[in-house]
Amino acid sequence: MQQEPFDLGTEASAFAARQAGMGAVVTFTGIVRDVEGALDAMEIEHYPGMTEKALAGIAEEAMRRWQVGDVLILHRYGRLTADDLIMMVATASRHRADAFQAAEFLMDYLKSRAPFWKKEVTDAGESWVAARDEDEDALSRW
Amino acid sequence: MDVLYFAWVRERIGHPKDRVETRAATVRDLVEELRAREDRYAAAFADLSALRVAVDQELSDFDAPLGDAREVAFFPPMTGG
Repeated sequence: MQQEPFDLGTEASAFAARQAGMGAVVTFTGIVRDVEGALDAMEIEHYPGMTEKALAGIAEEAMRRWQVGDVLILHRYGRLTADDLIMMVATASRHRADAFQAAEFLMDYLKSRAPFWKKEVTDAGESWVAARDEDEDALSRW
Repeated sequence: MDVLYFAWVRERIGHPKDRVETRAATVRDLVEELRAREDRYAAAFADLSALRVAVDQELSDFDAPLGDAREVAFFPPMTGG
């Protein structure tokens, strides 16, 4: 967790560089979307203490289910604006199938099992982003 | 114990944390005590299906026993990623 921005290229390169014997690295990055063209800010709140535990638990579960040698989860909180990078995950594996699947698993669990909440701030006011049923349903495939 | 609130639950109640002395046996019992405090608590806890709870920083449910829990948190469904 960090408030500061991160550089995707730097993080991805550093992650790939510290792997030994891994043939595949998959990364996913989430970016603040401004669908209506009216977004002033995206404020991200989290639960210090629980967030670290939840992310560690999700990463451990991914490493238990797939043959992944390493996992990286970066997630920002605080005030972000359109096109800012919100978060990234990276997985490293001998083969790409495990790396892809583990990354998808991490994303599905991050969406609805890690204690983050997003609020959109526009000229019209502020509103908390509602959780989507699809995000909860996505967990059932694992 | 410490009772924490996040996102719109925090906004509706007006502060992020209460220090609570309670003998509530379950999360649901604790919610009943909180509801009885003031209208803004009753409003925040009006619809439990819209809320999630963590006991000692682990996701839990409203029927969970509190035991000697030190920290209970209430919040809406999470929207990470």
